[in-house]
Amino acid sequence: MPLSRLTAWLLLAPTLLLLVLVFLVPIGWFIGGSLAELGTLSEIWEEADAVLFSGAVGGAILNTNWIAALVTLLVLLIGYPMSYALSRAKGLVFTAILLCIVLPYFTSTIVRTYAWMVLLGRNGLINQILLGIGLINEPLQLMYNRTGVIIGMTYVLLPYMVLTLYAAMKAVDQRLLQAAEGMGASPATVFLKVFMPLTLHGVIAGVLITFILALGFFVTPALMGGPGDIMIAMLIEREVELTYNWPTAALMTIVLLTVTLILYAFYARISDQGEARR
Amino acid sequence: MMGPVLRATLMKAVIVLLCFGMVAPIVIVAIASFSGDGYLKFPPESFSSQWYARFLGDQRWRDAILNSVVIGLMTSVFSTLLGFLAAYALVRAELPWRRALMSLLLTPVIVPHVVTAVAMYFLSARMGLVGVRPWIAVAHSVVAMPVVLIILQSALRTVDPALERAAMVFGCTRWGVFRRVVVPLALPGVVSAALFSFLTSFDELVISLFLAGVRAETLPVRIWNSLLLEVEPTIAAVSTLLILVTMLALGADALLRRMRGEGGALPGK
Repeated sequence: MPLSRLTAWLLLAPTLLLLVLVFLVPIGWFIGGSLAELGTLSEIWEEADAVLFSGAVGGAILNTNWIAALVTLLVLLIGYPMSYALSRAKGLVFTAILLCIVLPYFTSTIVRTYAWMVLLGRNGLINQILLGIGLINEPLQLMYNRTGVIIGMTYVLLPYMVLTLYAAMKAVDQRLLQAAEGMGASPATVFLKVFMPLTLHGVIAGVLITFILALGFFVTPALMGGPGDIMIAMLIEREVELTYNWPTAALMTIVLLTVTLILYAFYARISDQGEARR
Repeated sequence: MMGPVLRATLMKAVIVLLCFGMVAPIVIVAIASFSGDGYLKFPPESFSSQWYARFLGDQRWRDAILNSVVIGLMTSVFSTLLGFLAAYALVRAELPWRRALMSLLLTPVIVPHVVTAVAMYFLSARMGLVGVRPWIAVAHSVVAMPVVLIILQSALRTVDPALERAAMVFGCTRWGVFRRVVVPLALPGVVSAALFSFLTSFDELVISLFLAGVRAETLPVRIWNSLLLEVEPTIAAVSTLLILVTMLALGADALLRRMRGEGGALPGK
């Protein structure tokens, strides 16, 4: 039975109210209220100029972009073959690959980060293996530096990419590939000229979602990074938890939120187009 | 050039290696948690349950388990209830700006959790709500809502509107249709949504970190606090418990799907 508009809005009301009162209003209030502490608009502008172009924040913004870009690239390179295999697999193999992606996906981020901290420590498994086969003479420093952050974040974000790419790859009409093959195209040509263009929107969506999530990442870099790997989300947390400096936190939040929402708008557009194609 | 057979074999080897790399860290933590050695060593030289004894023997860890379970259950009930009503409206009504509405409803996933957490803390600190468990559950419901809506919308799409019309023709009221037809038919989806919203809350760290205070520390918050000091072996035992809960939830969900006769597809988050 189709519902009347009024009934529909009444049913939606509790959820919308939750979203507005516990999510949108707090964000707006936090930003507005904190900035109001600074005084007039020109005073806010001055403070923004001083904070956002200071060495610490500028460095963190640079770190954040660089780490997010590198992680996204790695996640794409590792995720593409995995999703391809998943989209082609059937039966038990499909279930096995899916489980390998879904189990980490639904495991707490902090547990996944801890797992890599155990593996990458000075006496961790990775160092033990490398020492054991004689590749190195003393333990490598794999954690509390950039290497640790990149490995940890790549691991945590990989499932998002794989599941996004999988959806795009699954939607490809196999007959198109067979037709190309039948007309004499080599496997490489079929892949490059047919499969890749058909899954491009999935790649873009996957890259966007991974980059968006990486930009706001907090848990993994905070635990696995060193003093040189401060990311913007960690800086926001520190301003609030350690120094109660709400205005500075609000200014950094505006930057992070603006970039995130612009990228999300692109993402929404692309996944709409992807859906429309099906 | 490589032969096609060699290339296929190589591709398979890469996939096996990558899949192994995805589960290995989780499996290794679970095995190491049973280590009988003085520090976390893999493979362990001897096995014991000493880290579990230390974990479960500590009053603060036991409190954390209780907090996590209570907050998780409240989140699950609250978000599934609200989400069900919303999902029904989204599936059955022709709403203007439906896409924009969906994008808005999904934003809690996209907005960095640090931002959400700091903003909620800003509000909660002024209202004396830090450390209040039901309030943390309400906050968790915001981030659990997108998962709930996605699962329930796909569950409700499988409910045939003709059945609802038939029930109404035979004199059932709108509320009666809802209770006797829609809810029972969508029940597996409802259970799925409840499971995944519980899991979202049970695993959530950043919002709890700000809102828990000292009174309502959850398991992830306790893990975080102790990891900042050192990579302690007790955490392996705690982590194994969290992994077990995840596996149970996924297993229950798979079972529900089998009962409904659906394939092994998973809900997108």
